[in-house]
Amino acid sequence: MITQTRSPAVSSAVRPIRQDAWWVGPLITVVVVVVFAVYAVWAAAQGTNYRVEPYLSPFYSPVLGEGWWTLSPAFLVIWIPLGFRLTCYYFRKTYYRSFFGDPPACALPERRGASYTGESRFPFILQNLHRYFLYLAILLVVVHWYETIQAFVFDGRFGIGLGTLFLLAEAVLLSGYVFSCHSFRHLVGGCLDCYSHSALGRARHRVWSRVSLMNERHHLYFWASLIAVWAADLYVRLLASGAIGDPRIIF
Amino acid sequence: MEEAILRVFRGDSNGGEERIYRVPLKPGMVVLDAIHYIQAHYDADLAVRWNCKAARCGSCSAEVNGRPRLMCKTRLDEFRGTDVRVYPLKTFPLIKDLVTDVSWNYQVARQIPPFTHKEPEGKPFIVHQVDVERAQEFHKCIECFLCQNVCHVLRDHEGQSAYFGPRSMVKIASLEMHPKDVLDRTGLLREKGGIAYCNITKCCEDLCPEEIHITDNAIIPLKERVADKYYDPLRALLRSLAPSRRREEST
Ligand code: SF4
Ligand code: SF4
Ligand code: FES
Ligand code: FES
Repeated sequence: MITQTRSPAVSSAVRPIRQDAWWVGPLITVVVVVVFAVYAVWAAAQGTNYRVEPYLSPFYSPVLGEGWWTLSPAFLVIWIPLGFRLTCYYFRKTYYRSFFGDPPACALPERRGASYTGESRFPFILQNLHRYFLYLAILLVVVHWYETIQAFVFDGRFGIGLGTLFLLAEAVLLSGYVFSCHSFRHLVGGCLDCYSHSALGRARHRVWSRVSLMNERHHLYFWASLIAVWAADLYVRLLASGAIGDPRIIF
Repeated sequence: MEEAILRVFRGDSNGGEERIYRVPLKPGMVVLDAIHYIQAHYDADLAVRWNCKAARCGSCSAEVNGRPRLMCKTRLDEFRGTDVRVYPLKTFPLIKDLVTDVSWNYQVARQIPPFTHKEPEGKPFIVHQVDVERAQEFHKCIECFLCQNVCHVLRDHEGQSAYFGPRSMVKIASLEMHPKDVLDRTGLLREKGGIAYCNITKCCEDLCPEEIHITDNAIIPLKERVADKYYDPLRALLRSLAPSRRREEST
């Protein structure tokens, strides 16, 4: 173990702290996340107005437990995206900063002390489960694409409605989010040490490079897919309740 | 002539104070130029560590208006209208004025087992670009230790006995991803290296003057490798069924 003793010399003079508006980012994050969480819990608890042919709200996709589950069916699936997002490396960074202030912003003094254990103890050691949520999220992407394809079929005829576009946007952005994941990047090729001498190494390097490019925008996919899922649910909900109509072209 | 007002910390391990200096501003001037002006015209004994004045040697790290920066890469015209407060790095013990004792970083570096390879059998090994490009990014490191300084685990939680810090993670990543290195440092990362103390809040990556993607390309991939070995029973099972070329455990 190596320790070092820090001199208190500088703290006696007042060390400057950054003067920029560092708090704007964390504040916006807290507001957006809280608003989304409240909406998501409310929408999932409804158990109604989630399906209007041929659309299905992404919060409820796939619909499970029909016949035996008495609560809202959303509760049987929503833990997958919830766990996936909560253990997402990008979102971890975001909520450690904005909700836990650990640190609130870089080089800003934070509450000090040796009690900090990072992700080495319960509960945060559970972040290591992220890869398992990834496997489930990949299944979810497949299901969402299936539902999106269904959204092009109106009584057996091909067509496009505004709802189709909402679901399509959701499926595209969710795919972008899942396939730009750090754990996915590791799985497809990041775990290799030598691409030129491994089985399928070159091919895996090509996939890894593409995923790496997407991974640079992982934060954008996170927020875009979050907004898309919210918008798609809201649209289906308004449609199912009869509050709005669905403009569509049927061929 | 336009002037910059510099408020520079002067002192040693017994304490110190801020001193104010007026420095004539020239086009393109950086903070280190102003420090040199102060040495030449006011206080010859102002202590500062520097070498290249070209952002190559990593010596001139300091905190300018509360942000860790290289003084030779920080232009004064960025601060028009405000005083420029120059302080030594916060995380390391103060020696004098702007000079801190960064030897802890070298003590940690000595705990990382160096590149270790096996004698080639038969044909010489040809190094392919795809196999070394990840490590090439890490080799850009100039050991300025700004990342170690800003890392809140070391800076605020004084976790020097628990976590090796981001610079060391970059070093370990360069070895772990090397196609010919035969050691497995995941045990070291999990135990003495304390990788779980990093909560991936990315302050190191945000300020690295070499723009190394410390968190995305070094720490997260290493966390994934630790998860492969210690938190993924599925993978452990697969590994036991198909034992591949694996690395020897480092101590
Ligand atoms: S990784 Fe970047 S910030 Fe850290 S020591 Fe190297 S060059 Fe400096
Ligand atoms: S990402 Fe990890 S290593 Fe980098 S500053 Fe944050 S806690 Fe420290
Ligand atoms: S989903 Fe963000 S890192 Fe996996
Ligand atoms: S003097 Fe060399 S990096 Fe600034």
